[in-house]
Amino acid sequence: MSLLSVENLQIRFRTGDGLVHAVNDVSFDIAEGQKLALVGESGSGKSQIALAIMGLLAKNAEVAGKVRFDGRDLLSLPASQLNALRAAQIALIFQDPMSSLNPYMTIERQLGEVVELHEGASRAEARKRALEVMEAVRIPDARNRLRAYPHEFSGGMRQRIVIAMALICRPRLILADEPTTALDVTVQAQIMALLDEIQRDLGTAVLLITHDLGVVAGFCDDTMVLYGGRVMEAAPTPAIFDAPGHPYTRGLLRAVPRITDGDVTLSAIPGSPPNQTAAPRACPFAPRCVDAIPACHEMLPDFREGRACIRPVEELT
Amino acid sequence: MFNYTLRRLLTVIPTLLVLIVFSFYLMRLAPGGPFTSEKPLPPAVMQNVLERYGMDQPLYVQLWTYIKNIVFHFDFGPSFAQKDRTVNDVIAQGFPVTLTYGFWSAVFVLVLGIPLGIVAALRHNSIWDYTMTGLAIFSQIFPNFVLAPILVLLFTLSWGLLPGGGWNGGQWEYIVMPAIALGTSYMAGVARLTRGSMLEVLNAPFILTARAKGLPERVIIWRHALKPALLPTLTYMGPVFVYMITGSVFIDVFFSTGGIGQDFIDGAYSRDYSMLLGLAILYSLLTFALNLMLDLLYAWIDPKVRSSL
Repeated sequence: MSLLSVENLQIRFRTGDGLVHAVNDVSFDIAEGQKLALVGESGSGKSQIALAIMGLLAKNAEVAGKVRFDGRDLLSLPASQLNALRAAQIALIFQDPMSSLNPYMTIERQLGEVVELHEGASRAEARKRALEVMEAVRIPDARNRLRAYPHEFSGGMRQRIVIAMALICRPRLILADEPTTALDVTVQAQIMALLDEIQRDLGTAVLLITHDLGVVAGFCDDTMVLYGGRVMEAAPTPAIFDAPGHPYTRGLLRAVPRITDGDVTLSAIPGSPPNQTAAPRACPFAPRCVDAIPACHEMLPDFREGRACIRPVEELT
Repeated sequence: MFNYTLRRLLTVIPTLLVLIVFSFYLMRLAPGGPFTSEKPLPPAVMQNVLERYGMDQPLYVQLWTYIKNIVFHFDFGPSFAQKDRTVNDVIAQGFPVTLTYGFWSAVFVLVLGIPLGIVAALRHNSIWDYTMTGLAIFSQIFPNFVLAPILVLLFTLSWGLLPGGGWNGGQWEYIVMPAIALGTSYMAGVARLTRGSMLEVLNAPFILTARAKGLPERVIIWRHALKPALLPTLTYMGPVFVYMITGSVFIDVFFSTGGIGQDFIDGAYSRDYSMLLGLAILYSLLTFALNLMLDLLYAWIDPKVRSSL
């Protein structure tokens, strides 16, 4: 049985401009210890999926569908039970370590309060555990830095602390929402290596949310490509790179620079992300798709054999 | 922190000197003097009076004597207008009164304003929020000189619950109305400010982090949101505290509390140079003390400020 199972997830936001259909009919499963990547450009609804799993969507959101974790439907769970799962079983790593740590609390307290809450640990135990995870994420001189505040750390170090915070209760699932986007490229690689190592040590399942295919390549078993809040393609990661089956995935891959390419010009996908205020009736990518045929603008493609495209793979450019 | 406090305390000295010199000359520029009256005094009498108060000396000598007396004897001189009373006497008598109801007024402002703001923020866009914001705006437009008569009309004349004025050694019945009249509009300001900053903090990413930890709402508010939400209120309260104590002139006059505000008004009318200067020094010392206190409080709350001290 899978650890997390998302079925026909739908997220809509009531806004001044009407109902925004942020996530449409998204389904996926994550098994114990599996690493799944959710890839999409900004506005594709990928972060909202993570927030929906945690029950942290904004107040103007409407959610439909099923999110089952370990057999329990998270969407209908009362707040107290959801709170008991948060950080203890499912942890969330946020995108921006600069703003996701409380600037007015010491690192020790911010790490420690998680263990105190979920495991009833004493102050002293909580401190010990905080020190352990800080060493696990390799914060130098961790013992002396327990009492420090977030502003005394660099961005990369802060993201390590955020990761430590996610790990401290050894959750079974980590949702990492763009964990490296706000960091320098060199630090990005270190953070991904750290995540990879920790994931292997603990056997935690990871849902990695990113817009960066480069990050996915080395890390995830499986990849799901999202566009306009809809799954375009889902496949094992190597297949996505070697034989992308959807015009959007192909476009994304052509936009990634590779050292081996020499001076090949990168191609951007023309156009801009769709307006999602209307319920989708056609393929959301059709207006930007080089392979679109008239039918693409008229019907919603079914998701079949790992892709949502009415055109056969052989006919794609 | 200690060095910072010391440094701040040392800056008081030059600032006060500038203030004294400036105020001293400024007052003398105003037409008239403490002994001017409709029927001029006979020249011989005038000469006597001026000699008695040292005003026959050149201005810079008078200033020098004044400063010397403060530094060496902590003596702010005799009042020019109130016979046989020194400025020290007047302050010793009136200042405790002003300070007492000023303090209770500040307590009223904080104890009511902050919780109201927080509740309004937590019940954002509910009937609670609208009622509270409406009430706050309504009370903010009431200056104390409008509110004070209304209070007296209701509590004294209609219901006979509270005395309409006087001090009587500072019994609580005499403190209630001055404190409320003085504080209400600030209380409303604090409530609105706290509501706004609490709403902003609750939208901060680190609050989402706290939620993702599974912390109950109560802990999120108290442990994570309260401190940062109070920072703007604290900034606002600095000048407000000072103003509540120094700007209480109307309250003193209206409620006949015998506070220092009355002496300030009288001093201004009668060109009581030493009284005005003494009170100006008192007010500026108060401003210093309160600002320093708030800055230290700020540092206590915000670690970034603390490490920069």
